Amino acid sequence: MLRVTELHAHYGRAHILQGVSLHVRPGEIHVLLGRNGAGKSTTMKAVMGLVPPTSGGVEFLGQPIAGLEPFEVARRGLGYVPEERRVFAELSVAENLEVGRRRPREGLAPWTVERVCAVFPSLAAMLKRPGGRMSGGEQQMLTIGRTLMGNPCLVLLDEPSEGLAPVIVDRMAEAVRALRDEGMSILLSEQNWHFARRVGDTASIIEKGAIVWHGTMQALLADDEVRARYLTV
Amino acid sequence: MLGNLAVQALSGLASAASLFLVAAGLTVIFGVTRIVNFAHGSFYMLGAYLGWTLATNLPRGHVPFWGGVVLAAVIVGLVGVVVELLLLRRIYKAPELFQLLATFGVVLVVQDAALWIWGPQDLLGPRAPGLRGAVYIFDSRFPLYDLVLIGIGIAVFLLLWLLFQRTRFGILVRAATADREMVGALGVNQRLLFTGVFFLGSALAGLAGALQVPRESVNLQMDLAIIAEAFVVVVVGGLGSLPGAALAALLLGQMQAFGILVFPQITLVLVFLVMAAVLVVRPYGLLGRAPAGHAASLHIVEPPIAPLSPRGRLVAAVALGLAMLAPLVLADYALVVMTEICVAILFAATLHFIMGPGGMASFGHAAYFGIGAYGAALLVKHLAAPMELSLLAAPFAAGIAGLAFGWFCVRLSGVYAAMLTMAFAQIAWSTAFQWVAFTGGDNGILGVWPPAWAVPKPVQAWGALVLCLGGAFLLRRMIFAPFGAALRAQRDSVLRAEAIGIDTMRTRWFAFAIAAAFAGLAGGLFAFTKGSVFPTYMNISRSTDGLLMVLLGGVQTVTGPIIGAIAYTGLHEQLLRLTDLWRAVLGAIIIALVLFFPRGLAGLGAKQ
Repeated sequence: MLRVTELHAHYGRAHILQGVSLHVRPGEIHVLLGRNGAGKSTTMKAVMGLVPPTSGGVEFLGQPIAGLEPFEVARRGLGYVPEERRVFAELSVAENLEVGRRRPREGLAPWTVERVCAVFPSLAAMLKRPGGRMSGGEQQMLTIGRTLMGNPCLVLLDEPSEGLAPVIVDRMAEAVRALRDEGMSILLSEQNWHFARRVGDTASIIEKGAIVWHGTMQALLADDEVRARYLTV
Repeated sequence: MLGNLAVQALSGLASAASLFLVAAGLTVIFGVTRIVNFAHGSFYMLGAYLGWTLATNLPRGHVPFWGGVVLAAVIVGLVGVVVELLLLRRIYKAPELFQLLATFGVVLVVQDAALWIWGPQDLLGPRAPGLRGAVYIFDSRFPLYDLVLIGIGIAVFLLLWLLFQRTRFGILVRAATADREMVGALGVNQRLLFTGVFFLGSALAGLAGALQVPRESVNLQMDLAIIAEAFVVVVVGGLGSLPGAALAALLLGQMQAFGILVFPQITLVLVFLVMAAVLVVRPYGLLGRAPAGHAASLHIVEPPIAPLSPRGRLVAAVALGLAMLAPLVLADYALVVMTEICVAILFAATLHFIMGPGGMASFGHAAYFGIGAYGAALLVKHLAAPMELSLLAAPFAAGIAGLAFGWFCVRLSGVYAAMLTMAFAQIAWSTAFQWVAFTGGDNGILGVWPPAWAVPKPVQAWGALVLCLGGAFLLRRMIFAPFGAALRAQRDSVLRAEAIGIDTMRTRWFAFAIAAAFAGLAGGLFAFTKGSVFPTYMNISRSTDGLLMVLLGGVQTVTGPIIGAIAYTGLHEQLLRLTDLWRAVLGAIIIALVLFFPRGLAGLGAKQ
């Protein structure tokens, strides 16, 4: 569904992505694991076109999308949930969702405010509240909901558990799995191993801007050595 | 008495209404596109001219009159769309100063276009049908039309409020004002949004202009007069904030209305003083917020500047030698141009000093040039001081002004700092303009002549060469001295500079004052070579002249301002001789430059 091949990207002179390749299949949650600064967020941004890739290919639903502008990538059905959340602070929750709303996609049940509230029930009670006056967990739910309103076929979730209380992390994991069960494909970046192991179907590990391991979550669970080498701090 | 006060308050509201219409458009455009649109005042002026043409040519009556007003607004909106599509769309990612310059290019083109179409004379339009009379409030007359204008202001505010709260377009505009990249990542085509916002903003300016036709004459000075006030409103209210613009327009309207009663001499100064005060207390305006995501940065990160190569030194020495010999052979006219170029070089070098190594933007650098010129001229006029003493006083006067104004300016950054420098320049300009008894007002100070020994043109050219190039050389030395290194360090990273013990604020402050002092010297010299000083020495155009020279030469090269000053002064001189439409040509050149050579002429040379 999403295939990234030998992707390179730079911030100024710094060579951040040095050949990232990964593959997300329809209906699965693929976890991109790696330490801080390994290149997880940059991979997401490069796929979205927010950081222009310097070389390499990105193929989505069989079409090349590298070099397209972010809005074109989004319109093709790739949703993006940024790590920093980037809630529109002065807009209400309902207005934040409205910004994300796009036309229904053929063959997919359209997302509505009601449907988003069904996935994240706590949003329903605060539709009129400004986005800036929400807790971190609520903002995370809002950003995911905002992206879902665009009726994406695949969502890029950048570190959804970051900075959240353990209870909220649990709820987030349930929500993410529920989305997958409804048929959504997800590429999720994470450094929280405990969150990743609960939601992931397959995984890749990124280190210094390149993929060093990929396989199923079961295989990773079984391989203590790989985890010790790349994931423990 | 009561009637007088009420009428004064109402006329304050009427001017607030039209000010709000202009400022609303400006602030919405800035919020979404982050472009400080200098041409917004030109759209206002175009609206007024179009309104005049429609009002005088259409049949009399309510429907044609108000239809004409709306039509003028729509046409101006479409002009805004054309400017956005052809020019601004290509430079959204350029540094802010280049965008500002490009829009200033549009100002020049529109000025000449208006002159060409409508002629130089003031145009008086017909009164609005059925609204010629006045209403009586406690026995005081108040024009009926102004009452309608207040109503229109309120109605437009409410309509805009509904648009921004209740429609998808409005919600997208507010979202893009906060974080336009995220809006794009959610699938919104920003180009359409930007163009839409430009239409709306320009149409509002056009509407405000067309609504002025029954109140006052239409003339070619409307554009820069309104843009200065609109900037104040937008900055005081908070860039991008619509309620802020409304609040600031109300504040300013009332202040002008009652300021005339209390301090008739300093109404213009008052406005800018309030702006300076607000910015010091609330650096992002009354209702503004610090921009998120895209910090306002005014410089491009460039490799460190290098001293001249041996070959460069040789070229410079030969050029200097030739320049020193030139007064022996050149005719008087050429020597006058040469003297002007020398003054321009020093002026550009001082502006470059704060912009390049300092990383600060100044939109009001002419203030220090003018204060130097006035300082010298006032000594001559009031104390009959000799030229030598007056010339010495010029940099002191400007340096002290630089210390005073700079103290405020270096506390802000980006567009806000640039706007504050402009506010101070407008204060200086208004003082010279309004304090007629002391400064001669619009007539300036005449008879600022040098003593007999300095009258011959070759002597003046040599004097200018020595003082101006000497000043520019000193500034250059300072850039490479420890102080200059500290200055460049704080430009590249305030945090890291502070961490190694540099007092960044003080470094910026001193740099600002030093640049001001040298600009004052340039101004003092200019006063004696021209024999007179005028308020125009510190108006917006002269500040942009300086910016053009620096940007023409390239901000991040040390020789840039010299090349830029020579190129710009030479170009200006030639254009003035060749064509009446020199503004339009100059504007077109600026636009082309920003589009094709964003690094300036010197940058072009360095690249090859």
